[in-house]
Amino acid sequence: MAPPDPLIVIPRDYFFGAENDGLALESGRELGPVTIRYETYGNLDQKRRNAVLLLHAFSGDAHAAGYHDPEETHPGWWDSMIGPGKAFDTDRYYVICSNVLGGCRGSTGPGSTDPHTGEPYGLTFPVVTMEDMVNAQHKLISHLGIDRLLAVAGGSMGGMQALQWSVSYPNDVAGVIVLASTARLSAQGIAFNAVGRNAIMSDPLWNGGDYYGSAPPDRGLSIARMIGHITYLSDGAMHERFGRRLQERADFGFDFHDQFEVESYLEHKGGTFVDRFDANTYIYLSKAIDYFDLCGKYGGLEAAFSNCSSKFLVVSFTSDWLYPSYQSKEIVVALMRRDRDVSYVEIDCPFGHDSFLLETERQGPMISSFLGTVYADVQTKR
Amino acid sequence: MFKRSAEHFSYEEIARLVEPGSSVLDLGCGNGELLQLLRDTRDAAVRGVEIEESMIRECLAKGISVFQGNLDEGLKEYGSGSYDYVILNETLQVVHEPVQIIREMVRVGRTAIVNFPNFGTLLNRLQLSIGGRMPVTKDLPLQWYNTPNIHFCTRRDFVQLCREMEIPIIAAVDIRHGRRISPGVANLLATECCFLLRGSSAEATRDAGGV
Repeated sequence: MAPPDPLIVIPRDYFFGAENDGLALESGRELGPVTIRYETYGNLDQKRRNAVLLLHAFSGDAHAAGYHDPEETHPGWWDSMIGPGKAFDTDRYYVICSNVLGGCRGSTGPGSTDPHTGEPYGLTFPVVTMEDMVNAQHKLISHLGIDRLLAVAGGSMGGMQALQWSVSYPNDVAGVIVLASTARLSAQGIAFNAVGRNAIMSDPLWNGGDYYGSAPPDRGLSIARMIGHITYLSDGAMHERFGRRLQERADFGFDFHDQFEVESYLEHKGGTFVDRFDANTYIYLSKAIDYFDLCGKYGGLEAAFSNCSSKFLVVSFTSDWLYPSYQSKEIVVALMRRDRDVSYVEIDCPFGHDSFLLETERQGPMISSFLGTVYADVQTKR
Repeated sequence: MFKRSAEHFSYEEIARLVEPGSSVLDLGCGNGELLQLLRDTRDAAVRGVEIEESMIRECLAKGISVFQGNLDEGLKEYGSGSYDYVILNETLQVVHEPVQIIREMVRVGRTAIVNFPNFGTLLNRLQLSIGGRMPVTKDLPLQWYNTPNIHFCTRRDFVQLCREMEIPIIAAVDIRHGRRISPGVANLLATECCFLLRGSSAEATRDAGGV
């Protein structure tokens, strides 16, 4: 149950591209019509200078804070950071979060119906990239009457989008917050994504992506999620949380009914994930992450940032081995060499890649200070 | 954070060395107090490097951009002559490679400002020569085993090092318990010394001396 007097939010949909004015994708294909699911918290000020766009990570959605109804058991995915007096202070800022293009939580993705056929897209859905996602977000922001964002902020895949925003729309965003992310996915990252996709595609129920209307490939998707979840944790966090404890018995039974706590946890995570996530979206989004490479695309990271005018806050976490600190430092060094305004913090924290979602006490005040500084800059400059 | 010495060197004295509108990089900037002063009173574009997260949090709260990093790793990411001033404030004595840091400072900065406690000050000499013990004073309150200061030098030692490194000294400020004293007696009496050094790329750019 939600706490007494919960923040109740109503998801909204932005619809565009129905009349041959769809989204021109990086692949060369065009996509339309497009629906973007989004939520907002706080109020847009009269000068429209206090809007902050939050960019969710791989399995996130538009529901970043509050509750959809008082019966909901869990708040939005970043509720600890969003609200009155919190890091993203809704007394001060107008906070927006949308589900990415290609997603399965209200925005157009492979599970949506193709209006040309009346059937779900499945694998006929075009491959989308971070740039495509950001272009869709830019349309949403324009639709909301905002020509310049105070800030964009995101962790992991959300951090990639934040970086892409600063590159694609250098004049439209004053502050960029990048948490536990990278300017290009590593070979290790691609490898894990490939195993996840393989798990899904090996499930006979996946059926070449055509499973809507029949039983979905839950087993494949849950295994993919289990693999992903391992990469979001750390050796220390797993040891601390599960150790070598068995789930339901004290001693080994010397049979295959024994289950360690960590196994049971992963099973549970995989099992609940399939209820809210589409297997094809897993394939599309993981591919978009694989493709993300600002260095390769723009001929080096410094070149990528050549037009950036934003102020940056880059945060990494010591125990994050999926997006290790050196990858954040690459971003910071390129910005420094371009003489861009950047702060970098490496938070010593044991929770692995998931730290950016779990650790709010230390990153919260830093993000709050950074936003306050950017806000003050924006107020005085224009 | 360790308290490196009891009284910090007067930030106003450092601010006086900095021309208005300059760019400043402070190595080991702590809570950002000095940079805040330079930004607010000298209209400087400021940036800090600091290792401790709690200090970084305070810098960000002041609106100062800061990079979390270890000075001993060097300043290799910074371009030559990319700052008007590179400052090493009360930090020289705690770094592992002072020579390397100074060399990098005069490369990255068109000028460099270094201040440090003068180990050759009279009271220290008396404690060591007569007492036979490592000096523990109001300015250097910690014992030999728990001080973060690993590279003490006297004023004369520093001047000699600059000579060996062929780094021109543009100006020096010598302080005894908060008051400026004459350079002639500084090695014996100064508790704190501050030097303005010419950067190695300074010839190609404007003369940032002006003190």
